[in-house]
Amino acid sequence: MKEKILPIIYAALKDAGEELGKPELSRPGPETHLYGRSGLLDSLALVNLLADIEQRVADDLGKAITLADERAMSQKRSPFATAGTLADYIEILLSES
Amino acid sequence: MARVFVITGSGKGIGREMALYYLAQGNVVAGCSRSEPSIAEANYTHFQLDVADEKAVVAMVHKVRKSHGGIDVLLNNAGIAAMNHLATTPTQTVQRVFATNVLGSFIFLREVAKVMMRAKAGRIVNFSTVAVPLRLEGEAVYGASKAAVEHLTRVAARELGASGITVNAVGPAPVATELVKSVPAEKIDALIARQAVRRFGTFADVIHVVDFFIDPRSSFVTGQVLYLGGAG
Repeated sequence: MKEKILPIIYAALKDAGEELGKPELSRPGPETHLYGRSGLLDSLALVNLLADIEQRVADDLGKAITLADERAMSQKRSPFATAGTLADYIEILLSES
Repeated sequence: MARVFVITGSGKGIGREMALYYLAQGNVVAGCSRSEPSIAEANYTHFQLDVADEKAVVAMVHKVRKSHGGIDVLLNNAGIAAMNHLATTPTQTVQRVFATNVLGSFIFLREVAKVMMRAKAGRIVNFSTVAVPLRLEGEAVYGASKAAVEHLTRVAARELGASGITVNAVGPAPVATELVKSVPAEKIDALIARQAVRRFGTFADVIHVVDFFIDPRSSFVTGQVLYLGGAG
C-alpha cells in the first residue's frame, strides 16, 4: 500500500513547493522533513498539505480518511515529521477504514 | 453563475427554505438531515445523517466534492433547542444539544473548509441565535451551545482568511418554525418585547442576511455575527 501512498504525498509536496516557492520540496523522498525541527513547512502550510493529501487519497484510493486523528496529535514521534512517517500513518488509517 | 451549496438541517424550517431558495436560483444544493428528504428536485441531493456523526459527514463532503468538483457555500444551519431551568436540565440534554449544535457545526466547518482551502475560496455561514446576546432565562444550554458556535465563527474567520474563505454567523430572532413551537407563548412574547423591532422573524429576513454574507462582493466581511430584530 505504501507504494501507492508515497506518490500521493510527493505530488502534494511538489504542488506545495511551487506555491510556497520552496524548490526543496520539488524532489521529495521518504526522508523529506515536513514539520518540526528542520521541517520545511510552517503550521499553516502543514494544514494545507494535510487537507490536500486527504482529498488526493479519497480521489485516488477511494477512501475518505481524517488525518487530524487524536492519535496523530498524541504520538511521541509526530507522524507529520517526514514524508515517510506520514505514509506509515496513512497506511494505518487506511487499513482501519 | 451556479454555485454548489451544502446546507445542513435542510429537512425542515429555515434549512429547507434556504435550500428551496438557492435551488430556485439555479444552484446545486446538497442537504442533510436525520429525516427523509423533503425536497425532490434535480439539483438537490439529500444525505440522511446525524451531523455529529463524523464518518457520515466526511463521506458526504467527499461525495459532494467528487460529484461537483468543489463546494462554494456552506450554510451550517442544523440545530436543536432545549428550554429548561438549569436546576431541571438533564445532562443528556446538554450532551444532545452540544452534539448537534457545536460538534455538528464544527465537523462540517472543518471538512468543508478543507475543500475550500484547496480552492482558495469559499463562504461559510454559521447559525447562532438572539438567545445569546439576550441571555435568556431557560436557554442556558441552548445559548451556551450557540455562544460556542459564535466563537468558532470568529476564530475560523481568522484561520481561514488567508485561504480566501469568509466565515460569518447570523443570529435569527424567533421565526415561527417547529423549533419555537414548543416554547410557551408568553416566553416568546417576552423575548420579542426585548427586540428593537417587535415581531417574529421571517425566513426572508434570514435569507437576506445569508445572501449578503455569501455575496462575492462580501470578501472583506468575515468573523461577524449579525443579529436580527435589533437584539444584542
